[in-house]
Amino acid sequence: MTVQTERPPSGPPEVVKSGGGRTGAPRTPRVRIGSLGPYLLLLPALVATLVFLGWPLVNNGILSFQNLNMRQVILHLTEWNGIDNYKEVLKSEDFWRVTGRSIVFTAINVVLIMVLGTLIGLLLAKLGTKMRRLLLFGLVLAWAMPVVAGTTVYQWLFAQRYGVVNWVLAKVGFSSMADYDWFGGQYSTFFVIITLIVWMSIPFVAINLYAATTTIPKELYEAASLDGAGAWKQFTSVTLPFLRPFLYATTFLEVIWVFKALVQVYAINQGGPDRLTEILPVYAYIEGSGNQHYGMGSAIAMLTIIIMLFLTAYHLRIVLKQEEDA
Amino acid sequence: MKRSWFGRTWPNVVAVVLFIGLVFPVYWMFATAFKPTGDIISEDPVWIPFDFTFEHFKTAVDADHFWQMVRNSVTVTVLAVVFSLAIALLSAFALARMRFKGRRGFIIGFMLAQMAPWEVMVISIYMIVRDAEMLNSLVPLTLFYMVMILPFTILTLRGFVAAVPKELEESAMVDGCTRMQAFRRIILPLLAPGLMSTSLFGFITAWNEFPIAMLVNKDPESKTLPTWLTSFQTVYGDDWGATMAASTIFAIPILLLFVFLQRRAVAGLTDGAVKG
Repeated sequence: MTVQTERPPSGPPEVVKSGGGRTGAPRTPRVRIGSLGPYLLLLPALVATLVFLGWPLVNNGILSFQNLNMRQVILHLTEWNGIDNYKEVLKSEDFWRVTGRSIVFTAINVVLIMVLGTLIGLLLAKLGTKMRRLLLFGLVLAWAMPVVAGTTVYQWLFAQRYGVVNWVLAKVGFSSMADYDWFGGQYSTFFVIITLIVWMSIPFVAINLYAATTTIPKELYEAASLDGAGAWKQFTSVTLPFLRPFLYATTFLEVIWVFKALVQVYAINQGGPDRLTEILPVYAYIEGSGNQHYGMGSAIAMLTIIIMLFLTAYHLRIVLKQEEDA
Repeated sequence: MKRSWFGRTWPNVVAVVLFIGLVFPVYWMFATAFKPTGDIISEDPVWIPFDFTFEHFKTAVDADHFWQMVRNSVTVTVLAVVFSLAIALLSAFALARMRFKGRRGFIIGFMLAQMAPWEVMVISIYMIVRDAEMLNSLVPLTLFYMVMILPFTILTLRGFVAAVPKELEESAMVDGCTRMQAFRRIILPLLAPGLMSTSLFGFITAWNEFPIAMLVNKDPESKTLPTWLTSFQTVYGDDWGATMAASTIFAIPILLLFVFLQRRAVAGLTDGAVKG
């Protein structure tokens, strides 16, 4: 992502296990490169990941135990200060306020994304070909919009003067909204950010979910309707159970993506007004690089990672177990 | 099976409303970029830019170092995607076709790497790049972006490789191809949709990346477009025409890629997700 990271969307490859063909004994004809083969093939990816992902992670841990501010950075000094950064962060009221805010922010976004995305996915399955193509095109367009461009467009849509949202609101009767400053308050800024994130995240859920519904065997519905199940009963007894693994996996991915949403929040109002819309990654970024408390920023980053693991632990356990049983 | 007029119509009505909601922000960006300033700052919005101008695009393109930044962004993005595809293909092939000790461990490892908290590691990345004396170079950006998109690429391509029947390769090898040739001539073409969808997502990720680029590449000669766009926005503030033109320029490559590849890419993605 950017995704998203972004929105760097990724399919949940672990969801549907087809078993297909890969379970057989090693039928590999003529092993040429010998038993080292697979490891050699994996080596480049492994090295690259360890160096460019593993090392920053470890380094982040190391930095979090240092007293590292502008002065130390310029003079290339290494000053260890044990767990002082952590103590200070955990003692500060700000950190807990930002943490609580991040969790609520993630929950609101993920619920909206999952509910709306699922509904749109089901709608796609219900539409005729032409309408489906039209809606798919709209989804793809919103999906493809780069995050940074998306934020500037939303700033313009919600601009205080000449912003089209205020104009529409004034036209439909909220005349007090004609000059409303969306970025002047905490909740209204969050409203814009959430609208932006939901808008750019729905396509992934909707399109994947639609694809999943196309794999539901028709016989299941026939059997259900023979048993006298109505539309709602069919939905809860056939569609929903079939889609459950998809919904779990997608929810998990969305939790991760939304929780890490730095770019949208930062680019739309730099965490403002008055730092009131900072969520954890933004907080770490602003403390760390903006205010040049690099050690503190690293400690906040480590705590953010721990909180994120905590939030996703349940699903992560299931995924790991599935993969081990496979 | 006859349904009522209402039953047939409401999904279409909802679909049209959703379509408008989804597309409007993108449309409004284009429309504003082409409107004369007088139409942008008018009391009532001008919905369709009948009167259009390229003046805002000129403002954006005339910004200092604009073309240099375009080149930087394109270079970093293309190289990151190409490198990661090359590396990922090797891994995907091993994971899909070979049985070896630790295979599951690798898969789990890449799944975990897919969740990597890049957004909160920027400080440490900045320090590493600084200590390597590589600030303001495109090399570290390329490498970090490559690794950022690598796990997704590996896991998705693994699904695609697994979906190619083994017999195809085997018969090619019976016909005298080496394993490498069989891979290149038989499997690779069949992987086209998978390559397309993974590279599309790679493109989006790398093209968009902003926190690392902002910290690590501060010189105008080494900046990438996302950083440019945000700083442009601060400088031009209320010049929405210029800002929307800049956003359009930034968004167009990805939008075009997506629209042209839409059906195949989306099918590719969902295939990968379904087959896993």
